[in-house]
Amino acid sequence: MASDQDFSLLLTALAPFLAAFVAPLVVRFVGRYAGWVLGIVPAAIFIYLAGLTGFVSDVRPLAAAYPWADGFEFSFYLDGLSLVFGLLISGIGTFIVIYSGGYLAGHPHLGRFMSFILMFMGSMMGLVMSDSVITLFVFWELTSITSFLLIGFDHARQASRRAAMQALVITGGGGLALLAGLILLGYTAGSWNVSDMLNAPGLFEGDAAGLYLPILLLVLAGAFTKSAQVPFHFWLPNAMEAPTPVSAYLHSATMVKAGVYLLARLHPVLGDTVEWNTILPVFGGVTLLTGSILALRQTDMKQMLAYTTMGSLGMLVMLIGVGTEAAMLGAILFLIAHSFYKGGLFMIVGTLDHETGTRDITRLSGLFSKMPVSGVSAILAAVAMAGFLFTVGFYGKEEIYKIITSGNPMDVLVVLVAIVGNALMLVVGVAIAVKPFFGPAIETPLSPHEGPPSLIVGSLILGILGIGGGLMVVEFGDYFAIPAAQAMLGETIEGHLHSLLDFAYLNWALLTLSAITWGLGLFVFFFLDQTRALLRRVAEVWRWGPDQGFDQAMFGLLRGSARVTHFLHHGRLELYLILIFVLLAAATIGPLYGPPILADLAAFFTGTESQALYPLMWFGLSELTFYEWAIILIALLGLLAVVIGRTRLVAIVSLGIQGFAVALIFMLFGAPDLSFTQFMVETLSVVILALVMTRLHLDQRDSRVLEEVVRDGGIAVLAGLGMTMAILSVLSHPLDLRLSEFFEQTSVAVAHGHNIVNVILVDYRALDTLGEISVVMTAGIAILALIRIRTGGPKLGIGVPKKAGTGGSSRKSASARKSASTRSKSRAKSGKATA
Amino acid sequence: MEHALAALCGVFFTVSIYMLLSRSLIRMLLGITILGNGVNLMIFTVGRLTREVPPIVPDGLVQPATDIANPLPQALILTAIVIGFALFSFLLVLTYRAYEELDADNTDTMRLAEPENPPSPPLSY
Repeated sequence: MASDQDFSLLLTALAPFLAAFVAPLVVRFVGRYAGWVLGIVPAAIFIYLAGLTGFVSDVRPLAAAYPWADGFEFSFYLDGLSLVFGLLISGIGTFIVIYSGGYLAGHPHLGRFMSFILMFMGSMMGLVMSDSVITLFVFWELTSITSFLLIGFDHARQASRRAAMQALVITGGGGLALLAGLILLGYTAGSWNVSDMLNAPGLFEGDAAGLYLPILLLVLAGAFTKSAQVPFHFWLPNAMEAPTPVSAYLHSATMVKAGVYLLARLHPVLGDTVEWNTILPVFGGVTLLTGSILALRQTDMKQMLAYTTMGSLGMLVMLIGVGTEAAMLGAILFLIAHSFYKGGLFMIVGTLDHETGTRDITRLSGLFSKMPVSGVSAILAAVAMAGFLFTVGFYGKEEIYKIITSGNPMDVLVVLVAIVGNALMLVVGVAIAVKPFFGPAIETPLSPHEGPPSLIVGSLILGILGIGGGLMVVEFGDYFAIPAAQAMLGETIEGHLHSLLDFAYLNWALLTLSAITWGLGLFVFFFLDQTRALLRRVAEVWRWGPDQGFDQAMFGLLRGSARVTHFLHHGRLELYLILIFVLLAAATIGPLYGPPILADLAAFFTGTESQALYPLMWFGLSELTFYEWAIILIALLGLLAVVIGRTRLVAIVSLGIQGFAVALIFMLFGAPDLSFTQFMVETLSVVILALVMTRLHLDQRDSRVLEEVVRDGGIAVLAGLGMTMAILSVLSHPLDLRLSEFFEQTSVAVAHGHNIVNVILVDYRALDTLGEISVVMTAGIAILALIRIRTGGPKLGIGVPKKAGTGGSSRKSASARKSASTRSKSRAKSGKATA
Repeated sequence: MEHALAALCGVFFTVSIYMLLSRSLIRMLLGITILGNGVNLMIFTVGRLTREVPPIVPDGLVQPATDIANPLPQALILTAIVIGFALFSFLLVLTYRAYEELDADNTDTMRLAEPENPPSPPLSY
């Protein structure tokens, strides 16, 4: 069913996983060139996808499906939106793999790192190309797990472990909500494939209308946690504990955009409703403002970038929430531009950190002459980030500002928020391009020099792409942005991107808005230090945030589980046993007599006849002979004496009485073998008990107070009654004797033994008997060990041993016991021999 | 007559459970022994009773001539008795050693594995 083309589509998701398997080996063999070698895999994927560009954007989406479980299939789908994401993932991934090779050169776990990164890449490729929502979810969770592994890569540091755990808990929790949402969506649509949902208009009309809001909220919970929207944003800045290539790749360019991707993908299915157009812009706008303001507070350049990433994700969510043609086109252009410059800026910051030993923006200055290539890359990235003329970001910004032309007050507000957010993010971009590279040179922990090619090539090329894409905006739009925006919108879009040089289409009003953005941004930039100081003072007053709340929640979970464990595992044996026996009584009495007794009570109160309790009354007592009666009486007497016996002699003797009574019962009802064994075992038990009891003192009386006697007695009587009833119930059904008859008929003919019981033991169930002997032997060894541990082994160190040096006679009794066990076993065999 | 033995089994269970619920180790040990006897008796009873005819094929015959006692429960019980004895011996020595080391035969005072106030879990990552 899958043609060659289809299989290669699957391979794009599979190849990185295969590469991940061999990555540690590759690192071992080629050492410092591992990045360049492994980079071939994402580069090949990129080239393959690039070759499909015209085909996908002009002709039709590609699809491939492979059967999986019953009713499910791994179905893949490549349209304009998937293609843009796929190209970004594989393209930036190529540079990241190369960069990692240089950044972690000589690290003992480079192989492991490469493996994680490639696994992540495969998960991400699978995620953006999934058609089935189940497949999508599987890859979605894989990205969470690989992200966990990568953030916690430096697992010796507690901050890393905390950040990794936090990311996993937040995104994993969102993932669970997403799963519920996707399953509901799949049932509503009657298909697991997104492509089918897109072609099912009016999905939420009629009966399914009530399901829309739950599905939307569940899906949003997944997308918002993944894409770090307020109030789930805090894991993203903390994730900067990861090595810089991870921050550049997962936490700016790709993984955090998975939530945005999901929203974009499902917009044609779930979008264009009041809920969608309200919830998304509100959360997105708040996230944009929060992120871009908090970014100014930081001096660690990675933290600054992390907060602007969060702001950018807010911007994207906000635009998808608006959901118009301009918003979608603006969103995709912004997303592409952001991936270029943010990936590049992270790599530059990593290089600065790597070569100078610090990434504190206040401690770096005047490095341009020492690190010219990084400086140029940083300027290119900052220009793109600011959205200056002729960049991809510029055209994205123009499209965003075009939303205002609708005149809707909500849209005006969105554009105002976008202007402020853009301006503040511009500040960060310009600061990172200017502060470390220009001005007077200052001392840094390491003597600075330009990084090796692997560290600078990626950021340079991404910087050039951010500008170059803008210079060829018409082609760029036709091939990438517009097909993707169409997929997001679910409608056809006329190409309307025109080069800035095409003066006929120049919109002076929008250009003015851009100019306001730049002006505002540059204004804040010149007062950056003052702004930062102001924000820090605010932060000192307002200490509490969701990050601290996370700690409280996690610690609360630990404390709560400790409390629950302590409540259930209280360490009081008799309470555990009470629970067991109460349940035994309930389980035996309940099903047998519960409903009839309830009916009986009901009948009593309603005054009708009842007949539920009659089976209790009949024991067939008259069938017994007088000597059988006598033996039962002896057993009862023995049992009574065990309960009330106060001295050890009474206890031992009464134990023997009930045991012998049982042996006599066996004897009377045709079981001489059982009877012999029982006699022997009871005799031995009494002898051994008597031996040990001379060293043990039995409390003169039961320590239980009256309430406990009543409680325990009540439970015991109920459970005993229940067992009796269960036996009576069994007896009221016919017995299946097929197996017994088989043994009776074949015992002599096949096994040549006349004593059927012994034949069963040593022939038909010989392996069981072997197991039984093993149990007895093991018990004997364990007894021996228990007794010897005192003389040979170390002290337990608890309590004071009561009497020392009593080992001799105990050991004797143990060996007596052991030989006794063996004897009782050999009897079964001799029984057969004599028969 | 099965019914009378069913009632006797109930008494065995009652007594053994009552003994098991006492906190004294020796009494619990007695309870376990009685429980074993009760279970054996139960298996014996539900396999139906036949008076005085053991499941043995007389010499010279290939199959039993008359109705004999059901051999299957007997085989099961025979195994159970021996294993029950092994368990009894082991528990007895365990009790004895616990009594020696801890100077206590009350389960409430044996809290080494599950202490009264367990340490709280470490609150860190």
